[in-house]
Amino acid sequence: MTEALRPVFAPWNDPDEKPLIQFKNVTKRFGDFTAIDDLTIDIFEREFFALLGPSGCGKTTLMRMLAGFATPTEGTILLSGQDIAPIPPNKRAVNMMFQSYALFPHLSVWENIAFGLKREGIKGDALNSRVDEMLRLTRLERFARRKPHQISGGQRQRVALARSLAKAPKLLLLDEPLGALDKKLRQDTQFELMDIQEKTGTTFVIVTHDQEEAMTVASRIAVMDEGRMIQVDTPARIYEAPNTVYVADFIGDVNIIEGRAIPSGEHVQIAWGEGVSDITGTTDKSFDNGEKVHFAIRPEKVSVSVEKPDDTPNAFQGKVLDIAYLGNLSTYHVEMPNGQIIKTQSANTRRLSRRAITWDDTVWISFTATAGVLLKG
Amino acid sequence: MRRFALIAIPYFWLLALFLVPFAIVFKISLSDIALSIPPYLPQLELAKGWEGFTKFLGALDFENFEFLMMDDLYYKAYLSSLKIAAISTFLTLLIGYPIAYAMTRASEEWRPTLLMLVILPFWTSFLIRVYAWIGILGQEGFLNQTLMFLGLTSDPLIILNTPIAVYIGIVYTYLPFMVLPIYSALEKLDDRLLEAAEDLGCSRIKAFWLVTFPLSRGGIIAGCFLVFIPTLGEFVIPSLLGGSNTLMIGKVLWDEFFSNRDWPLASAVAVILLLILIIPIILFQRNEQKQRESEG
Repeated sequence: MTEALRPVFAPWNDPDEKPLIQFKNVTKRFGDFTAIDDLTIDIFEREFFALLGPSGCGKTTLMRMLAGFATPTEGTILLSGQDIAPIPPNKRAVNMMFQSYALFPHLSVWENIAFGLKREGIKGDALNSRVDEMLRLTRLERFARRKPHQISGGQRQRVALARSLAKAPKLLLLDEPLGALDKKLRQDTQFELMDIQEKTGTTFVIVTHDQEEAMTVASRIAVMDEGRMIQVDTPARIYEAPNTVYVADFIGDVNIIEGRAIPSGEHVQIAWGEGVSDITGTTDKSFDNGEKVHFAIRPEKVSVSVEKPDDTPNAFQGKVLDIAYLGNLSTYHVEMPNGQIIKTQSANTRRLSRRAITWDDTVWISFTATAGVLLKG
Repeated sequence: MRRFALIAIPYFWLLALFLVPFAIVFKISLSDIALSIPPYLPQLELAKGWEGFTKFLGALDFENFEFLMMDDLYYKAYLSSLKIAAISTFLTLLIGYPIAYAMTRASEEWRPTLLMLVILPFWTSFLIRVYAWIGILGQEGFLNQTLMFLGLTSDPLIILNTPIAVYIGIVYTYLPFMVLPIYSALEKLDDRLLEAAEDLGCSRIKAFWLVTFPLSRGGIIAGCFLVFIPTLGEFVIPSLLGGSNTLMIGKVLWDEFFSNRDWPLASAVAVILLLILIIPIILFQRNEQKQRESEG
């Protein structure tokens, strides 16, 4: 199939699609503490669904309820339309890849992978061929006879993945699967995970606190906070169109500017302090005159220049406070006359020695009317 | 040089407190009984120089060991000791494992207390505790009085001076040595391993046999050796609780040494006992080493 003919994978937009997992008004309390607060969400087959949030936001509790190690206090969870509350963990068509892997230290790699299959009564050639297939999938053939303590962290991660995929579950849960790996290995492994997910066609639900990881692997991300899902959307929409200040701030770097809205035709003007002209933005939300508004704009969407740029609705003069050189990128912190500091980011397409802007220079920052997002509250 | 000095300390310790005494015992086992002080011959007379030394060597022989082979009392005592040690080790494991398991399942705040309770009996003299069992197990003892009061039995049970009393005494005395290593093995066990086993299709019981039990194997083996090795040479418990019916090599050794004053024969009995013990001790050491390697 060519790229153009391939249909966009977005079952959540298709009203005829039946979800694999349905959370219906699920609440989970531990004593006084509400870990999950009246949560309703559908997850579809073949999705790579990421639960993203700070520690204590309820993402792990959500996953443990899917695995069967916790039961909801209220509400129901359906798997292929069936209520899973009465089904114990060992009878669910759900497998889990545990944080720090939980490999059986007394069993070899091969036996670890075969563990779940043997419990189903698979033996002989069927067992051998399935385990070998898993070993091939995770490129572990050479380590089959080793014990978990005799292989590296990255290999252990792959054993854990192979073990949890061996039974071909309908749903695979991954609890911080890459947390124990160093950064470089983590990036490689992310692509490997996506590859394996695509090959096996399994639905993956991943728990992570690493937003970059969620952005890379997921088809949809649920940003969670205090037991609630703040926004559930594709990585691009989460990044470009966050629905709250919390989401905008949690994902990536962002400038949050507080101001008052002044609707004018199809644009909204934002008054954001003394000594600066209003920001012009666009939105599909309706704002009252003088309503409090947060304007969120990503640093890479703000450009910085010595001369005042033409034909842009938003151009403001400020002073360079800080420059951070990141190799491929440079970040400038520009102080506005009203004291607000705006971060800008630009690619270093020129050699450093020819850079025109330095500390304490007066510069112009500019962005288009559609570059930022207007958020209520 | 400093490294050498560091290694020298344990080796010197071993030499002074194990090898030298063993050499003395071995020498005595090759001597003959005599009415003298000390009660054996030959004595090494260093004053006579080289001639004295060769004369001393010439008088040593393996007569005592031959005697041990001929009289089946010793052979039976060794076998009976092995049997009693093996059975009591098994019984201790059977009782100790659930105790250790329950301790690791108890809440975090209770564990130090439970651990303390396991160690608590050591605070009283071992001898007094064994004597207490005489008071409990005797015909007029506490146990029989209770049973008869409850109407469970009309005649007192004869427990004292039977092998059962010896088993009770050994299991009671050595239980902490079984519980502690198993507890420490089980405590290290990651709960997530059990969740993983359940997730992969195990029932709780199956997960215990496939994960918990094999992973506590190191503790089980250590506990078994810690019980088996001292039990094999045990003297106090069989002589206080077992009466004359229980044949154990520790008692035989005592009789030879103190009743018969036959130091050479007693030493021969001790040398053989040590040779029997060396096998489990080596196995124990190997287990410890393997354990360390697999954790490494």
